[in-house]
Amino acid sequence: MIARADTVLELGRARIASPRAAAVLGIFLGLFAFWLALPPVAARSVVVPVVVGVVAVAVGVWVVSRGDLRPGWGAVAAGIVGILGGAFATRAATSHLDAVITWSALVAATLRFATPLTFAAIGGMFSERSGVVNIGLEGMMLMGAFFGAWGADVTNSWIGGVLIGMGFGAALALVHAIFSIHLRADQIVSGTAVNFLALGITGYFFVDIYGNNGTPDNLAGIPDVHLSFLGHVPPHGLGSFLGDSFGQLNFMVWLSLALLVLSYVVMFKTPLGLRIRSVGEHPRAADTVGVSVYGIRYACVTASGALAALGGVFLSIGFVHSFSENMTAGRGFIALAALIFGRWRPFGAFGAALLFGFASAVAPRLENVEGWANYGTLFQALPYVLTLIAVAGVIGRSIPPAAVGRPYAKQ
Amino acid sequence: MHGSQPGGERFNAALNLQQTLILTVTLVLTGLAVAFAFRCGLFNIGGQGQYIVGSLVGVQMGVWFASMSPVPHVLLAVAAASFAGAVWGGIAGFLRATVGAHEVITTIMLNWTALWIGSYLVGFGGPLQDPKAGAVPVTKEVSQGAKLHVFWGSAVLQGLHIGFFVALAALVVYWLVLSRTTLGFEVRAVGFNAEAARYGGISVARNYFVAMAISGLFAGLAGALDVLGWQFRLDLTGIQIASQIAFMGIAVALLGRNTPIGVFLAAVLFAALINGTSTRNLDPSVFRPELAGNLTRIIQGLVVLFVGADLLIIYLWQLRRKLRLGRTKALPQEVPQA
Repeated sequence: MIARADTVLELGRARIASPRAAAVLGIFLGLFAFWLALPPVAARSVVVPVVVGVVAVAVGVWVVSRGDLRPGWGAVAAGIVGILGGAFATRAATSHLDAVITWSALVAATLRFATPLTFAAIGGMFSERSGVVNIGLEGMMLMGAFFGAWGADVTNSWIGGVLIGMGFGAALALVHAIFSIHLRADQIVSGTAVNFLALGITGYFFVDIYGNNGTPDNLAGIPDVHLSFLGHVPPHGLGSFLGDSFGQLNFMVWLSLALLVLSYVVMFKTPLGLRIRSVGEHPRAADTVGVSVYGIRYACVTASGALAALGGVFLSIGFVHSFSENMTAGRGFIALAALIFGRWRPFGAFGAALLFGFASAVAPRLENVEGWANYGTLFQALPYVLTLIAVAGVIGRSIPPAAVGRPYAKQ
Repeated sequence: MHGSQPGGERFNAALNLQQTLILTVTLVLTGLAVAFAFRCGLFNIGGQGQYIVGSLVGVQMGVWFASMSPVPHVLLAVAAASFAGAVWGGIAGFLRATVGAHEVITTIMLNWTALWIGSYLVGFGGPLQDPKAGAVPVTKEVSQGAKLHVFWGSAVLQGLHIGFFVALAALVVYWLVLSRTTLGFEVRAVGFNAEAARYGGISVARNYFVAMAISGLFAGLAGALDVLGWQFRLDLTGIQIASQIAFMGIAVALLGRNTPIGVFLAAVLFAALINGTSTRNLDPSVFRPELAGNLTRIIQGLVVLFVGADLLIIYLWQLRRKLRLGRTKALPQEVPQA
């Protein structure tokens, strides 16, 4: 035991001394600089964020000088963001800042906006890890959103809505699976087609069934999970923060977190996950040792449809409590980007989903502040620019499963 | 009485054909934007962003320089918008060429960036919003000199503008560049097999960049022709609707099999489908007009789905042959040769 502790210590020391760890520290310092200028600390002097930000930039420059370019530049960028953001925040009126930054509400809203993306990204992970590109996530989400609302209306229970929504999402995914696996169509083409289909089908039935009135107001909704004990956690400040952030979240938010862990375990700790990944990396080798390539791919693509549909169901009957045409509005594509941003890993994808969710949570608050309405719109572009930069190399190249996008012909 | 008077049958028919051809202009160009990248082995899903950027630059160029004479003004606006589209597409091509970032992801990101920046610019209080419009999110109208000449129909009633010939010319240019120039040869070589092209001394990276830039140029041109030809001002809906136009460009390129004639015919087909199912063209007693638009989308989806599945045809053909074989089994000597 003692020897083991020693190695852990040694490892720890090596880590602290490494430029990479310093870069991580620099990135955190940069964000910290920004945070200092925001409530509740809300430093009113420009000097505070600038000093901390400059330290972050210095750390970044040091790391770059040691040859670790990517994390180094990341720290430099974080430092600059911290300085600029901090300078901007210190010049803004405190009342404006308070209107935008209520951390507990922001945490809750971020999770809410991230949940549909998380579901769809997990779904996309199963599909792509098995070697099938799934650009149709958007359509599968949309199917879930409409048929979830319809199911909740018809069965008069949210559980019925969830199941029916998942079923239709899976059915659409099955179409994608048949065309891209058996018929060996181009997977991106098939996915695009599936998106058109979903847009048309959901729009058609929505107009046909609900017409101009929209979905009924008394639609059975997915309940919130009330965790009142979180509010009583001592000390009081922490308790009220926890209570406001996590005490009132929708059931689906928790389900997405549970699925996140579950999907990680399945994908990386079970024989099934190994098979999925082997089919996605080298289908011929998997086929040779007796893994059914088509079987695994069909199962994964269908499951991805059901999971993406869960995200859609949450949107319609867990979040907005109604359906409108094309209500997913590109979230499926963002989930796909989150998946790639997160390097086809569940927690990476979740992190990216949180980033997008955060931007969506902050933007409407900026819009509510007098004089900032337009910046709110502009702010919405930020996560996409960040993803672009990240994909372009700050986080390093993300390498897809080797056989993704390639149809497999049995021999 | 039913002649070419307003409200007459002929008049309405002409009006509908003009509307269809106006849409054809857009779809030909957004279709080419997808097709050109396809020939280089790239999937340009970013027509939306490139179209938005093109229409934003086009409309602003049309608003500025009001004192210029018409021809150079139009040329300047169209050139600037096409260039902007090319830059927007070129970013994705550059990233693919240098760091290998997949163009599907980068173009999706660029689409959303363009959408939000466009919404900011045009939106209430944004730099491009018309101050006279109050809270309405719309730009100023392009100056009279920058509007494209309408050669068929009334200029007030959205007649057909000369952008139609630009789109036809673009089809010819597309064909010429791809099949008659070194650039086109290299692009196609990379599209067929990037490794083989590299081995043959072709710079794959350069071609990725060039192909995406040219694709973006087509989409940017489409945006410019729309704002200078019949929209004249850009509003928030115009920016949001760009996503549907660009996605139809994908369907056009797929159905047209990336050939110029195919792209043209597919564009006409989809333009007619869209225009024919618009609410004002349908008799409610025959079919509920509000359903028709969605039916169009379903048809588009099915078209793309089946166009992509070559194997399905082979399966069906084999199935037919098997059936025929089964029927002729009674006569073992008469089995038809494949």
